[in-house]
Amino acid sequence: MRFDTTARGYRQVTLLLALAGLLSLVVADLGIHTVSPGDELRRLGAGLFTPDFLATGGLMAALANTVAFAFQGVALGVCAGALLATVWHWRPVRLFSAIIRAVHELFWGLLIIQLFGLSTLTGVLAIAIPYAGIFAKVFGEFLEESDRRPQTALAPGADALSRLLFARVPLIWDHMRRYTAYRLECAIRASAILGFIGLPTLGFHLETAFRQGQYSAGAALLYLLLLLILTMRWWLHPVLLPVYLLAALIWSPPVAPWRPDAWQFFLRDIVPAPLREGGTGNVTPWLQDLLSTQVLPGLGQTLLVGCAALLVTGLLGMLLAPLVSPFFGNRLSRAGAHVLLVTLRSLPEFLLAFVLLLCLGPSMLPGILALALHTGAIVAHLNGHFSGALTLRADRPRGIDGYFWDVLPRLYPTFLAFLLYRWEIIMRETAVLGILGIHTLGFYVDSAFAEFRLDRALLLIIAGVCLNLAVDGVSRRLRAAVRLSSSIRETAHA
Amino acid sequence: MFSLRSENLGWSSARVLEDVTLDIGAGERVALLGASGSGKSTLLGHLRNQCPQDIAWCPQDGALVPMLSVFHNIYMGQLHCRPWWQNLANLVRPGAAALEQVGTIATRLGLADKLRTSVDRLSGGQAQRVALGRALFSPGHILLADEPLSSVDEHQARHLLDAILPAYDCSVVALHDRQLALACSTRVIGLRDNRVVLDAATDTLTLADLDRLY
Repeated sequence: MRFDTTARGYRQVTLLLALAGLLSLVVADLGIHTVSPGDELRRLGAGLFTPDFLATGGLMAALANTVAFAFQGVALGVCAGALLATVWHWRPVRLFSAIIRAVHELFWGLLIIQLFGLSTLTGVLAIAIPYAGIFAKVFGEFLEESDRRPQTALAPGADALSRLLFARVPLIWDHMRRYTAYRLECAIRASAILGFIGLPTLGFHLETAFRQGQYSAGAALLYLLLLLILTMRWWLHPVLLPVYLLAALIWSPPVAPWRPDAWQFFLRDIVPAPLREGGTGNVTPWLQDLLSTQVLPGLGQTLLVGCAALLVTGLLGMLLAPLVSPFFGNRLSRAGAHVLLVTLRSLPEFLLAFVLLLCLGPSMLPGILALALHTGAIVAHLNGHFSGALTLRADRPRGIDGYFWDVLPRLYPTFLAFLLYRWEIIMRETAVLGILGIHTLGFYVDSAFAEFRLDRALLLIIAGVCLNLAVDGVSRRLRAAVRLSSSIRETAHA
Repeated sequence: MFSLRSENLGWSSARVLEDVTLDIGAGERVALLGASGSGKSTLLGHLRNQCPQDIAWCPQDGALVPMLSVFHNIYMGQLHCRPWWQNLANLVRPGAAALEQVGTIATRLGLADKLRTSVDRLSGGQAQRVALGRALFSPGHILLADEPLSSVDEHQARHLLDAILPAYDCSVVALHDRQLALACSTRVIGLRDNRVVLDAATDTLTLADLDRLY
């Protein structure tokens, strides 16, 4: 007889994702393309143990820029996002938010650089635009899920703003605050990464140092970034926020030189080349050529890396979770695992991929590894954290039996929901890894920008948006099919 | 004030009350009785929708904003009477005038010392009095209240109702305490089996009559 259980649905979804991941792993290029990866790793390891904080000139300025861009970007994003959230029930707003957040900060950066050059404004907007979409979604859903009774108890006739501020916002204020703090951490990572496309943040010096093989200098930068993120809980105090924001605005005001010619070029160059040259008849071959040589290969590779990374992420998340769960190991093992997971979680996947790429060469392996290490650490940490809240019976099975029989089944819905939720984010990151030389969508986007073919770049970015929306749709459908909670996001960042 | 003619109340999927015919006039103090699930809340909600602007409304669950102070929750009773910038100013930093007005109500309800405490730190009875305070603060002249004092002790409940009800042109209060109903109302409406089964002046009723509703 067939088992009719809730776990069956989870198993089916898992099997589906695992098959997609396995298939991707078989097809993907997982080779190691450097001559002596061992030597490179050894030199990198040596660098990590001998950080040199004095090797990089202008280090403090880069650090300040990183923080300043992040603060201004989040401030702008949170305001715009909150406004959009108030009209979240409006379908066009939801679509608009989905589109602007489907484009990665780096792609926004590459686009905006065309208009505002390597200015503060570029860095701030590259963060603020996608974050506005993210805040709109998260705040909009907070509002949707909040208690409506206080609002319905009000007498009719009060103005919309008063109703919102008295009867709705206070209910979600705490969630909003915590989520914004979490996003600020993400923004610091994003801001650092923006250095890879030339903005004067930590990433700029990191890339230079690592590319030139100065691993001690690079390690110092890496540690600084980690320190900045890991100490946030101590220096990020609500009272100090206005001070930080003001300091950020004074340190690097979000302005850019006004260059009308840049706008002119931009508006001209984003028009597909054949249209620009007058003949509408040439659009089809142009489009066909672009589709077959860039868009489809780029999308295909992005999907491959993304699915493979999702599988490895899931495995890592499942295997590492017991290491930080209070039901397993001892205090020492848990502390060690905690440090490892927090470190992996705090380093941007883009940066991990960059370092791994230097050691292993431009195959898909470093991309998959980087994405899986970063996201896997988040998943494991979250799972371990949740397992702490479980109440298990006194005579429960211990060790491996205990994990698979008692703990994992209880964690699985959360685990699966979070994994599906992260899928969209993994795809976004996968696309952008192309900038490093892995042949995902970003590779073609970056080349198009390098050749000043904005029309191609834009089309490729739009293709990426479509892929992201599709993955988001599939993920949502899978979650609905097994009735996984949609409010996982909120707990995920607590 | 209210006039219902053979009306069926409830949502389209589930009819809660059938064939309701009621006239409630000025000066009446109606006690609404019936077992839980008998349709008291549905009837009150329907009455509210007749003339929402005139109602001082006190829903059963309180519908308070737990993280805001007693002041802010009571203040919400007049949210629609002030422009948004005044509301915003009072949200951020309560003004002296508003504090005094709301303070008077809080004092009447025995909440004077809790004015600056958030509702999530109050007991159930205290929170209920805050919800009642919000209704009192609103300018409506008809009080509709759904078990407003179920967690408050009988003695205090009677004292509060006696103090509050005379100020209204008309009131309909759902109660579960039959003695309280007899003491504080001029008319009792009883619900059972999806119908109005009792509608009489209070002075013609005894406790035994009310027991038959359950």
